[in-house]
Amino acid sequence: MATNQPPIIKKGINWAIIWLYLALVLVGLLNIFQVEYRPEMNLVDSWTGLETNYSKQLFFFSICLVIAIFILITDSKFFSATANLLYALGILLLLATFVIGKNVAGSRSWIPLGFMNLQPAETCKIFVSLALAKYLGQLETDFSKPRSQMIALAIALTPAVFSILQNETGLALVYFAFFIPLYREGLPAAYLVSGISFAVLMVAAILMEERGFTIAVSIVAAIALFLLRPKIRRRKSILLLVAAIWFFSIALQRFGVPYVFEDMFQPYQTERIMSMFGKDYVPKDSAKIEAFMRAKEMQGKVKEGEKQENYNVKQSKIAIGSGGFAGKGFLKGAVTQGQFVPEQNTDFIFTAIGETFGFWGASLVTLLYFSLLMVIINVAERQRSIFSRVYAYCTASVIFFHVVVNIMMTMGLAPIIGIPLPLISYGGSSLMTFTILIFILLRLDADRQVIIR
Amino acid sequence: MSDYNAIRSRIIQVAFTAAFIIIIAQLFNLQILSSKYARMADDQAIYRKVVYPSRGLVYDRDGKIILDNTTLFDLVVIPSQLKGVDTQLICRVLNIDTTEFRKRVVNAIVKNGRYQPSVFQGLLDDSLYARLQERLYTIQPGFDLVERPIRKYPYSGAAHVFGYLGEVDPKFLETHANEGYRMGDYTGMTGIERSYEKALMGQRGIQFWLRDKMNRPTQRYEGGKFDTAMVAGNTLYSSIDIDLQVFGELLMQGKVGSMVAIDPQTGGIIAMVNAPSYDPNLLTGSQRRAQFSRMYQDPLKPLYNRAITGEYSPGSTFKTLQAVIGMQEGVITEETGYPCTGRYNGCGNGKPGCHGGGHSPDLKSAIAVSCNAYFAHVFRQIVDQPRYGGVDSGITVWGKHLADFGLGHRLGVDIPGERPGLIPTAKRYVKTFGPNWNSCNVVSVSIGQGEVNSTILQLANAIAMIANKGWYYTPHVIDSIGGGDKWGLLDPYKKKIKAAEIPDHMFEAVHEGMDAVVQGPTGTARRMRIEGIVMCGKTGTVENYYRGKKQRDHSFFAAFAPRDNPKIAIACIVENAGFGGTVAAPIVSLMIEKYLHDSISKVRQPWIERYSSMTIIPARLQAEINKMDSLKRVKELQRIKGNEIKQSNKPVEQLQTKVKNENRGRPFPAKRNEPGEPLAALLPESFRNPGYSFFDYLRYRTD
Repeated sequence: MATNQPPIIKKGINWAIIWLYLALVLVGLLNIFQVEYRPEMNLVDSWTGLETNYSKQLFFFSICLVIAIFILITDSKFFSATANLLYALGILLLLATFVIGKNVAGSRSWIPLGFMNLQPAETCKIFVSLALAKYLGQLETDFSKPRSQMIALAIALTPAVFSILQNETGLALVYFAFFIPLYREGLPAAYLVSGISFAVLMVAAILMEERGFTIAVSIVAAIALFLLRPKIRRRKSILLLVAAIWFFSIALQRFGVPYVFEDMFQPYQTERIMSMFGKDYVPKDSAKIEAFMRAKEMQGKVKEGEKQENYNVKQSKIAIGSGGFAGKGFLKGAVTQGQFVPEQNTDFIFTAIGETFGFWGASLVTLLYFSLLMVIINVAERQRSIFSRVYAYCTASVIFFHVVVNIMMTMGLAPIIGIPLPLISYGGSSLMTFTILIFILLRLDADRQVIIR
Repeated sequence: MSDYNAIRSRIIQVAFTAAFIIIIAQLFNLQILSSKYARMADDQAIYRKVVYPSRGLVYDRDGKIILDNTTLFDLVVIPSQLKGVDTQLICRVLNIDTTEFRKRVVNAIVKNGRYQPSVFQGLLDDSLYARLQERLYTIQPGFDLVERPIRKYPYSGAAHVFGYLGEVDPKFLETHANEGYRMGDYTGMTGIERSYEKALMGQRGIQFWLRDKMNRPTQRYEGGKFDTAMVAGNTLYSSIDIDLQVFGELLMQGKVGSMVAIDPQTGGIIAMVNAPSYDPNLLTGSQRRAQFSRMYQDPLKPLYNRAITGEYSPGSTFKTLQAVIGMQEGVITEETGYPCTGRYNGCGNGKPGCHGGGHSPDLKSAIAVSCNAYFAHVFRQIVDQPRYGGVDSGITVWGKHLADFGLGHRLGVDIPGERPGLIPTAKRYVKTFGPNWNSCNVVSVSIGQGEVNSTILQLANAIAMIANKGWYYTPHVIDSIGGGDKWGLLDPYKKKIKAAEIPDHMFEAVHEGMDAVVQGPTGTARRMRIEGIVMCGKTGTVENYYRGKKQRDHSFFAAFAPRDNPKIAIACIVENAGFGGTVAAPIVSLMIEKYLHDSISKVRQPWIERYSSMTIIPARLQAEINKMDSLKRVKELQRIKGNEIKQSNKPVEQLQTKVKNENRGRPFPAKRNEPGEPLAALLPESFRNPGYSFFDYLRYRTD
């Protein structure tokens, strides 16, 4: 089998995706390098020593290449056959983090593997993609039925729930990207609309003052009533529904959010969530304040003056904005070299691109992603099997969500949720996840004439 | 179904495209449309480091470096980096307690903020520097040692000529807004350091450094492409003869007074000696503040540049000028004689009296024996000339002549703080004596007593003018500036000042008299003759009063030499030292011999020891010193008594060492601080450092 397989694969492989993949990884390595670069370093040592992040990333990349080759020589039916099993494994790993999780940067979502730390919430995206593809690809699944729709949503969102419990809200939000393939497969748009509405509602409930929120919700309700006039005339129950939603929204902010934040969560958890939205948090319960402040002081995190999160956004915008059209040149970014941007290796790597390569460089990278996504959607639409198509859409959606939210967050257009820029950000877990996602897609696409269920 | 889903595929693609368009639009907005981020990035990430040039050197007339630079170190603190620093170590090495430590850190934060380095302790001495240097790695990055160039005075002399540097204050920054000074900079405060600041400061260089979020400079921005190089300060070439200057300070030590020597041909100041003086090196190191406040409080005022700020009645040295003016006005000639009967009887009260008696047959002998009656007569003849129609205009004419000799107004020497002296005017006398005053009221000014005041610099300059037979260059310390005088600082000293055409024979007559003062058989300074040099001199003995009480006379001497082609003109006062011929004259005589012969003859060698070891403290100042010392003693006794139980067995030697240390550099290692009386010298800390600043002193000066 191994003797026959390679020529076939070579023929059927989409080389555009591979080139785009390699280009993005290269951009990533260069930028991780320049974030850490100091003139006095010995380049040979620093690239080979596994001491620096870019040398580690290079090492991760070589592992990823090995994994990619393994995926390419695996039978495409293997993925559909093991999809459910892998999904179960993923959920198990997520649960395992609650027991053996390692605390990295305040979040117990990592499983130490020795040479690297694995973040199941990250890798679980692959398993969800496969499981969704498997479920929707089954002959007996009729996706027009609400029951099937609910099952599909459950498959997609279960890992998100666990991620939230691990304080990885950012990663959890990524799972909402799976609405996109479901939408493509016929999920009623109402789900999408209500899902987005709920998300907006939640964020607004956290961010807005009580009075402003109440007014805003009331205005939205009034507009809804106005628009639904003809329908209300026919069915009075819609009026009741709008009123119920209005009441629910108000209650969510007045009682739900405070209950969850003040009573259910520990103060530091609440603080993490609040700070993700750029807000400072001080417990309302005076008894908790003291313990909270003491804990913060012990962590050495007492902030001086300005808000930490605001500082991040400001520095991030300064770095990108100071790049101008042509950029300051590779290794010449003053903001990057001065380490003004926190987490610049990982979540804020785009700032280094923006500062040193300027508008053309940042746009080019953005266009690379855009091309990748368009190629993947193109690939998705030419699949004969639903399994492959759903999987391709899952891949595109996850990449899309990561790229758009990450870049927007560095430019102050989205709240700061810690999700990496695919293939570019430093991090073995992330790089490996996206490598596997993309190469499984390549493998499935190579067999696009075969029906896979 | 597939059609329906194809539309959804389109919708998804459109949504993706829309998201990316938003991204590109925002990129365009941030990077192309707005320039504020670039500015903000520069502001925070580019550090403009000012590179201080070394200040200009000063050479003396023989090409010796008399003002040099050296480097000390400041201990600086960055308050935001203090976490984990061994504060106990710092406290131990610097010998401060934790309260003081905290106070200094708070001061640093107030001064320069949390992230900028501020001086924690400046100008460390060698042993402190060594101790901190070897432990530096344990106190970094919160602390660091930073180079600080300071002045060095290889000859420890001419303190008042050089002046000192001080930190600029907000007021200075306001008045010198466009000259590139910043808080914490040093600038010349007094002396030539101040008047030649522009030439000495050089040009600051600016280096652009990248810095990180902790404000630490990391690397040169663009490899130093935009840097401006610093230009070292210009070298100044002075007319000072440092050997003569130091010799003069040696001779004047232990006394109060001053002495100025001028090269008559150029107006260059050869020596400007003040007593008491101080070692200028004391005001550069870490003890600067303490030393300054100690000297500031000293009743003898060692910081005081008496040569240009001390206004004295010039006494009989003034007679030389009277003689010239008398001849100019035609009231006397060389041959005019007048009886010198021991008093002047022209006004009927027998004043002024005379030191000697007899008859002055001519001008020469009148000068030689310093006949008071003769010059009282001359003065009255001048101001009472009928052609001026009254003493009011007469005294005005007389004052004009004196102004031509550089008296009564500032000469414009290149050392700041010069006083104008005083030549009384008619207006002043009308105010004092009423409108009907006459020349008898003021006859004492004829012999340089009374209202007439001049600085020693003015006196030396007047003698130089006499030596030159009628002209002078404005006295100055600096002859030329290396690299050219771009600022026109030296322009005032290039102009020969010659007010009126006075025939040479008038000056020659005065020379004749001044020659006789030294070389003549009855001259008042006949013992001051120098082998091989014809010195023209004039003694002065000036009565003076303090709070209405007559003090011992001031001793004056003014001279130039040699008589033909004079090379040095010199004036000297020793306060309350008695006759001019006894103290001031021998000192001047030694100075002239040293300058012209480069050494002192064997016969006169013992004079050096005799006059340098002579201690003459004016009685009024001695009284103040005693008062201060007894206050100190009382305070110290109280303190010691309070500490008795704690340290009852403190060894006496320890006290004595401390006394010696504290006396180091004092102009008067006087009896009061002998080790036998250790308590007197143990100035309590509070007393030594009472919060005086350099600026207080300056304010005091200008007021």
